[in-house]
Amino acid sequence: MSNVLVVAEHLNQSLKKSSLHALEAARQIAARTGGKVFGLVLGKGVGEIASEFARYGVEVLVADDARIEHPLAETWSKVVEKAAKEVSATYIVAASGSQSKDILPRVAARLGAGMASDVMGFGGEGAEITFKRPMWAGSVIGEVEITTPLKVLTVRPTDFPPAQPGEAGQVRALELPDLGTIRTRFVEFRQVKSARPPLTEARIVVSGGRGTRGDFSPVEALADQLGAAVGATRAAVDAGWVPNDLQVGQTGKTVAPDLYIALGISGAIQHVAGMKGSKVIVAINKDPDAPIFQIADYGLVGDLFQVVPELQKALTGK
Amino acid sequence: MGRAVALGAMEETVKILCGVKRVEDPDQKIKVNPDGSWIALDGINYKLNPYDEIAVEEALRLKEAHGSGEVVVVSIGGEESVTEMRHAMAMGADRGILVKVSERVDSDAAARLLAKVVEREKPDLVILGRQAVDSDQGQTGQLLAEYLGWGQATFAAKFESLESEEEKAKKPGLQVQDGKVRVIREIDGGLEVVEVELPAVVTTELRLNHPRYASLPGIMKAKKKPVEELTPADLGVDVTPKVKVRKLSSPPQRKAGIIVSDVATLVEKLRNEAKVI
Repeated sequence: MSNVLVVAEHLNQSLKKSSLHALEAARQIAARTGGKVFGLVLGKGVGEIASEFARYGVEVLVADDARIEHPLAETWSKVVEKAAKEVSATYIVAASGSQSKDILPRVAARLGAGMASDVMGFGGEGAEITFKRPMWAGSVIGEVEITTPLKVLTVRPTDFPPAQPGEAGQVRALELPDLGTIRTRFVEFRQVKSARPPLTEARIVVSGGRGTRGDFSPVEALADQLGAAVGATRAAVDAGWVPNDLQVGQTGKTVAPDLYIALGISGAIQHVAGMKGSKVIVAINKDPDAPIFQIADYGLVGDLFQVVPELQKALTGK
Repeated sequence: MGRAVALGAMEETVKILCGVKRVEDPDQKIKVNPDGSWIALDGINYKLNPYDEIAVEEALRLKEAHGSGEVVVVSIGGEESVTEMRHAMAMGADRGILVKVSERVDSDAAARLLAKVVEREKPDLVILGRQAVDSDQGQTGQLLAEYLGWGQATFAAKFESLESEEEKAKKPGLQVQDGKVRVIREIDGGLEVVEVELPAVVTTELRLNHPRYASLPGIMKAKKKPVEELTPADLGVDVTPKVKVRKLSSPPQRKAGIIVSDVATLVEKLRNEAKVI
């Protein structure tokens, strides 16, 4: 039996949607190995989140304790290890958010497991599963095998549909293991607050790059008119024009909205890696030779500061 | 202990170890071999992994801020990796250690090799890139911290932008004081601040610093800096991979789209052809 443990991510007292995509990936694995899927929710005051996760038809372990209020890799890795042992998991799966990227490698080291990051699909035959993942900024897809009995994965939420609600699973408490000496202390979290939809969940994303020259107002205005999320390139984030949380790309977020509008973005491979799964891509750029036009469904050569107001006007009139 | 863990005053010495990996230059086109066994290496240029370059820069700034210390760069790879180590030494790193391997090692083997080097060198701080831009796994720092039983802070950045006055003044983003390192982490949703007791492992995000250029005197000096060579056998590490790459392929290409002449056409296409607005 090859059970699968899915570690949920949550923020502001709500389950992150990416956890449901991870759950679906876990189900695909369990369907091939004949195992059962278990969920794990960690934190303080997370009972409701655990119940919410269980409503997707999964039995959930919940470790609810002030000592693990903050997701520190040192403490959380020990709790994940314990949960994995308790449910005899041979797979540990989480969405590839910053939290799981931080914590899961430590879990892998504790369990002597091999780990594949940012998994986008599965190969192999039957219970012998291989893992497809981007390498070289997504220029290459690597098909990897993990040779250890226990396997740890982070999966890209955009490559798996979200799990659907089912018959609610049981929620049971997981007692904390001995956390040992903790050398890391949480000091503060400066959260970026935004009224716009989250970048990874939005149906439409409007992104800006170097071509904005630091003025993101056209990007934001268009996004607000379309009810879209705002994204950005590394250059825009490096320059401090927008918060880091908006970066789309190899080391930022991976998005796959119905519509992605790239404003003043040249189309460096590191950016494209994070958005090429979008259904429809629109590029507006002054430079007709910008590589973004090679992947855009609709390109318009022009200055975004002129084009965007025109576009806004055209969108208002039916 | 004999090591400078109590870094209360800024004049105390700080010893930092940085991982430096030779990778394919990320600004060039990477293609898969016809047989899918690896990428095509003809005409490929190499450079120091950009995140590792940020790690070296941060180590140098910390050493400069503390007035004294040592920055040791460690690479795992073939003899050719010395080129990237020399680049780090031309930036200002003091010496290098090359763990010579003939085959590609996975993140786990790299972490276990680094752990052995760390046990010999006893640095106060290990700074690694958050990921190498070839395999893009992003695991080595965290694995290393676990193998050493140390605390970790991944995705180190700072509050100020890379165009700020603080950055122009080459201030370190990491604060090493009182036996701890204070790290601003870029995570989903914002910035988190943590304090980790030394010794610790930190991995770098893009927004930690702008690495310096190597100066000509720096390049000349780097040629004479010592590089020690070790093997996995010297370190007693079995590098059999836990994660094996079976096959590489090219991702599906997006179909080329069209260039529209004006905004009206664009809106018409989005409404009636793509039906996304």
